[in-house]
Amino acid sequence: MLSLFILIPLLLLFILNLPVKFIRQGAFGLVGLLLSVQILAALLHSLFPWSAFPEILGSFFIFSLAVDNLTLVMLLTIGTVALVSLIVAASTIGQERLRFYFVNLLLICVIGMNAIVLVRDIFSLYVFIEIVSVSSFILIALERNKSAIEGTFKYLMLSAMATVFILSGIACFLLAAGDLSFVSIHSAFYDPAASFILKVAASLFLCGLFIKAGVAPFHGWVMDAYLASPASVSVLLAGVATKISGVYVLLRLFGSVFIVNAPLQNIILFAGAFSIVLGALAALTQDDLKRMLAYSSISQIGYIILALGCATPLAFAGAVFHFFNHAIFKSLLFVNAAALEKRFGSTDMNKLAGQGYKMPVTGITSLMGVLSTAGIPPLSGFWSKLIIILALFSSGRFVYAGVALLASVLTLAYFLVFQRRIFFCKSELQEPALENPGKISRALGFSEISLAIITVVTGAVFVFMPGNWIMPLKGIFW
Amino acid sequence: MSQSALQLFCTFGIFIILLLITGAYCMFVSFNLIRVLIGFEILIKAVTLLIICAGYVCGRTALAQAIVITLIVIEIVVMVVAGGVALWAYRHNKTIDPRKLSNLKG
Amino acid sequence: MVNMTINLILLFALILVALWTVMTIRLIRSIVGLALTSAILSVIMYRLHSPLAAVFELSVCSGLISVIFVTTVSFTQRISKEKLRIRRKERLLKFWYLPVILIATAVMLCQHLLTPQFTLPLLVPAQGLGVRDLLWSCRHLDLLGQVVMLLAGAFGVVILFKESRK
Repeated sequence: MLSLFILIPLLLLFILNLPVKFIRQGAFGLVGLLLSVQILAALLHSLFPWSAFPEILGSFFIFSLAVDNLTLVMLLTIGTVALVSLIVAASTIGQERLRFYFVNLLLICVIGMNAIVLVRDIFSLYVFIEIVSVSSFILIALERNKSAIEGTFKYLMLSAMATVFILSGIACFLLAAGDLSFVSIHSAFYDPAASFILKVAASLFLCGLFIKAGVAPFHGWVMDAYLASPASVSVLLAGVATKISGVYVLLRLFGSVFIVNAPLQNIILFAGAFSIVLGALAALTQDDLKRMLAYSSISQIGYIILALGCATPLAFAGAVFHFFNHAIFKSLLFVNAAALEKRFGSTDMNKLAGQGYKMPVTGITSLMGVLSTAGIPPLSGFWSKLIIILALFSSGRFVYAGVALLASVLTLAYFLVFQRRIFFCKSELQEPALENPGKISRALGFSEISLAIITVVTGAVFVFMPGNWIMPLKGIFW
Repeated sequence: MSQSALQLFCTFGIFIILLLITGAYCMFVSFNLIRVLIGFEILIKAVTLLIICAGYVCGRTALAQAIVITLIVIEIVVMVVAGGVALWAYRHNKTIDPRKLSNLKG
Repeated sequence: MVNMTINLILLFALILVALWTVMTIRLIRSIVGLALTSAILSVIMYRLHSPLAAVFELSVCSGLISVIFVTTVSFTQRISKEKLRIRRKERLLKFWYLPVILIATAVMLCQHLLTPQFTLPLLVPAQGLGVRDLLWSCRHLDLLGQVVMLLAGAFGVVILFKESRK
């Protein structure tokens, strides 16, 4: 049953490429349907447990897949952000040929991400990380203009370094444990003769995954990749692709497979705090909207890494919740950037200043996203940051908790500046300064509103049922 | 683990680290986008050797070979995509010098 | 003892050919050097009891990757003699660091690693599966991954290598 998450998109990929006319025209609809089914399946897991479905493929394929609460949250996130990205692409990509390629590559990316969250073997994990990376390279370079090619090349080089680190780590695990499944690696940590090799392997993995996740000081490629890619690809990348292939793997491996000792935890804590501060400070000085959002992304990832370094079950639950919230509000902000770009033709904040009042839907939803990122109650971002900071306090790391609080204030500052400049003041300049203003389509507005509603509802609902969602996540942590 | 196997692993390890340094040097200090790709290839070869050597030392040659075969397939695809991107960079900038790729600054 | 000597000779050859690949000036020679490196690596892998991986490495990396590189290079133009001379000078200036770094690192590592201070765990002997059986019966996910990867590569080729007719 679990392998269907990988096999059905693959089947759909083959079907989409058949030379039948009406399938090509309905491609967007079919993929949207598939992603909605995935979202529903993840949400309704408690009502219809998947083990109730008969295992029909069990005799042909032996896939070692497993699902737990962390996987469910991730599947829900992947489905939501991929669906939003599809809607944005339907509105912004014009050429017929590029639309078709986008849909296919999106399917491949979704196959890769679904597999990453379902596998329980470290080399298969690497294979699907590479699949997500390759499909994101091609997606960034989709329109083949000058900056896109440059962004792809920088991402390629750093991804190559990450590959080398991860593979060296896998070789060391082979030496230490003899088998590459999560279970055997976890039991190898209890063997005292293997401790040196395992420490080396864990550090190598840490370096490689920090590069993939865009944690400072390895964040050099994030800027160019997010800036240079087309709007829908930015939504996909910022929301899930880099996060699943970097941050989720960190959460899974360092949360429940490896047993890390104090020096490595301190390194993770420091890297998280460094990312938060660097992202927040750099975002203050940016003039371009997408660049500011990219730095803000680095900052939010820092929160998750900080929580991971704290290494208590409560911090882990906070990290996963913040992952979900970040995917929602960051995608919302990127969709707003896409809407602004489509209407006004550029993402330079100097040019956009004072023009945003013409797009009320975008303005209000952007305000929701901004407040959620900064951590204002009762939106969802507040709760996840609260859990993380509480966890830091309760494990005695007061300095890091203080840093996280201060950075939250900084986040509020630069986002409010952005909101005010673009949406809240009216400028007397005429719009024809920017060429070719297109009308914002209903689909974009629909996706913005639904993401904003998810943010608000998650925040409101969380007050009433923390026990239902957060406590099961704690159980995954070792 | 026997002492001779450990000795073998360390000997191979020295050469693997040297090969990694060569590949990284080629990748980051080069005047030609194609050489960056050659450097990446050398890095992957070093890691392949590391995996095979680790498999030999602990007796799991079958698993190591399965890993290497999959890895080679992945490496081909990444190489092809990288080659395509390098080609477009050449077409845009009329040069294959990676120092000239400084359009996106900041 | 003879085994170890042959291995050492092969490893030295590997490093020397890789060094030549990196430091040579003409691009075509670099690509030939890469193919040669793959060949020597394949022989080393055969000696480490991994014949299937050795054959794969030889056929794919020595053959296919070189063809891909030569195809990519053939799309770009030859540089002029003048630029070649300037480049040769720049190159020599930057690249003579490399052998120095390598020898220094080798000396440093020899002191540390020839008497290793760490231990490796003793592992239970594996099940006696051959590579083919292992690949086809235990690692289905990897095979699926390869299929998806090749599909992604096919899309990459179509998007990146096709000239669009405006």
